[in-house]
Amino acid sequence: MQTQSFRPTYAGRNNLPRTEKMEDKTPLLILKNLSVNITGKKILKNIDFTFHKNKIYAIMGPNGSGKSTLAYTIMGNPSYVLEKNSSILYKNKEIQADLPDKRAKNGIFLSFQNPLSLSGVNVFQLLRLALSGIKDPLTVKEEIEKYARLLKIDLELTERSLNDGASGGEKKKLELLQAVVLNPDLQIFDEIDTGVDVDALKIIAGFIKQHKHNKTYIIITHYNRILKYIRPDVVMVMIDGKIAKTGDYRLAETIEKKGYEKLRTL
Amino acid sequence: MNQPNLNFNYKYGFSMPQKYVFKAKKGLNEEVVAAISTMKKEPVWMTEFRLKAFGIFKEKNMPNWGADLSRINFNEIFYYIKPTNKQVNKWENLPKEIRETYDKIGIPEAEKKYLMGVSAQYESEVVYESVNKQLSKQGVIFCDMGMAVKKYPDIVKKYFGSVIPASDNKFAALNSSVWSGGSFVYVPKGIKVKLPLQAYFRINAEQFGQFERTLIIVEEGGYVHYVEGCTAPVYATDSLHAAVVEIIVKKGARVRYTTVQNWSKNVYNLVTKRSRVEEDGIMEWVDCNIGSQVTMKYPSCYLMGKRARGEVLSIAFSGKNQHQDAGAKMLHFAPDTSSRIISKSISKDGGRTSYRGLVQVRPGAKNSSVYVSCDALILDDRSRSDTYPDMKIKETDINVQHEATVEKLGEEKLFYLSSRGINKTESEGLLVNGFIDPVAKEIPLEYAIELNRLINLEMSGSVG
Repeated sequence: MQTQSFRPTYAGRNNLPRTEKMEDKTPLLILKNLSVNITGKKILKNIDFTFHKNKIYAIMGPNGSGKSTLAYTIMGNPSYVLEKNSSILYKNKEIQADLPDKRAKNGIFLSFQNPLSLSGVNVFQLLRLALSGIKDPLTVKEEIEKYARLLKIDLELTERSLNDGASGGEKKKLELLQAVVLNPDLQIFDEIDTGVDVDALKIIAGFIKQHKHNKTYIIITHYNRILKYIRPDVVMVMIDGKIAKTGDYRLAETIEKKGYEKLRTL
Repeated sequence: MNQPNLNFNYKYGFSMPQKYVFKAKKGLNEEVVAAISTMKKEPVWMTEFRLKAFGIFKEKNMPNWGADLSRINFNEIFYYIKPTNKQVNKWENLPKEIRETYDKIGIPEAEKKYLMGVSAQYESEVVYESVNKQLSKQGVIFCDMGMAVKKYPDIVKKYFGSVIPASDNKFAALNSSVWSGGSFVYVPKGIKVKLPLQAYFRINAEQFGQFERTLIIVEEGGYVHYVEGCTAPVYATDSLHAAVVEIIVKKGARVRYTTVQNWSKNVYNLVTKRSRVEEDGIMEWVDCNIGSQVTMKYPSCYLMGKRARGEVLSIAFSGKNQHQDAGAKMLHFAPDTSSRIISKSISKDGGRTSYRGLVQVRPGAKNSSVYVSCDALILDDRSRSDTYPDMKIKETDINVQHEATVEKLGEEKLFYLSSRGINKTESEGLLVNGFIDPVAKEIPLEYAIELNRLINLEMSGSVG
């Protein structure tokens, strides 16, 4: 149940050659022949893809292309049915039979497109329970306060029912707050830039960028906006439940200019 | 008898051998009622009160509404058990078995931390009591009801049965004829009791009915918070708990009465709780019902004086084979009175909860305000929740608000929590505790923690 990344503290750690990142090509998450049905309808179609450690991925695509479904599938939404021969390999283990809480304990995190309101449950109560036996409650409390400040979240909001009456930007910031305290290896952000004003977006993007060390990010988005702040290593475009194209950050720029229509015909 | 009575899976499901000094025969008649009174060396007026109440009990029909009470057999119940000879005021002096029982529910620790005075009821007699000296200095009386009848006959005679007459309902009549134990609290004019007065009690004999009687009188401008927490062991046959709680809130006084109740799953818990609130007085009932087989309980406020205020905050949790029929009654008799009812119910594993509320605004109660909010949370398709709100408004110039919600614990919320690494059981516990939070935060911390633990225990399915 290793969820915290190990950071060596010996002197000279910061002087490692810049090529370190380039050499690090360890697979973290491998999707093999992944097909997913929701209420009988096939949404994801035979997806094969490998996500490597410590990289930033962007998944783009038009509405209904299966981006969120992919995120939910990796997290393990129990109402989704994976077709036979589909496989999700995470840290070299098949996880498709694991419940979401087990996957989360293993270091996978999903920031929801529409975070749910939980009446009577504040972010501390949630995180304390999620981290029981991993971090003591006092540390959890301190971290919440520390990161809330960095994210410019009103502390009062952290003491209220989670997401209850919060604005779009506040909800997304609270998702990010949970991510940083839970400290998972793989963080999936499903439209963290939607319903967020410019100022909040700057803070969110800046925060994600600042905490990317030893993290693998999957950023699902419609727009290039957020990717201007956080340059992805890989951009993947999904259309009709399939991967239509992959490329580097320049693919996102192309899409911004030309739209998805052209890719559809490829 | 063999072992099946003992069920250690249930948190408080233990029982211990007991040495009874006196145990009345099963069943009820005039002789038993008179014997109880004689046993307790009561004055004649109380003996007469009991006998008269017994007559009413025989006449009264069982309630034909609410929960199913058809399995109660009044002839199979012991109406009086006296476990030890005399009252004691030190832990060391308590009989060993009783001490052990109390140790298991953690009284000594609780006492050390918070308690000013504990009136712990074991079986039908209060056997332990330690009233803080400061209380006595202030003129506050906190003692066993039986003792109050002897020591403070004038006050008791004046108020006993004045809020809930024996004729109120069958179980009030039953309690009036066989009552035993319970607390008596008297707060003189202008005195504010700072820490909550607490009484723990438990049923600990098979087929034994507990009929405690509590009377609280707070004079003008006074304040007291009374807390009762109950836990009971598991027994194979049904037992009956029929208590009566009467509260008199004088002008400008304030009383809060908090209950965290966890009767074992075979107990019929049929309690009549009522307060009379005079001008500018405030009465607050905080009522949490978790255990029992059947609960029927509707704490009520009779708002008699101008600007009197009444409040009932309640939580009911029903699991398998349980029916919690709970709610509140608010009667507005005077102008500018206000009442607030907040009810939260949870049903799980085929359990049933009912909210039953009555609000009456009598002619003349002008400019009164009424707020009723009842929320039900249903955890699965086998469980059930009903709402029976009844409002009789006989005045036009008033403000009434009524809100009711029914919610199912959604898959989406559970998925959201599981994506944070919280498993289903823990998630359900978290959501249920969140659901009751508006009421739970009104309870003293130690009881709130206890309530939280009991709910998590219920959620994990390790009970029952």
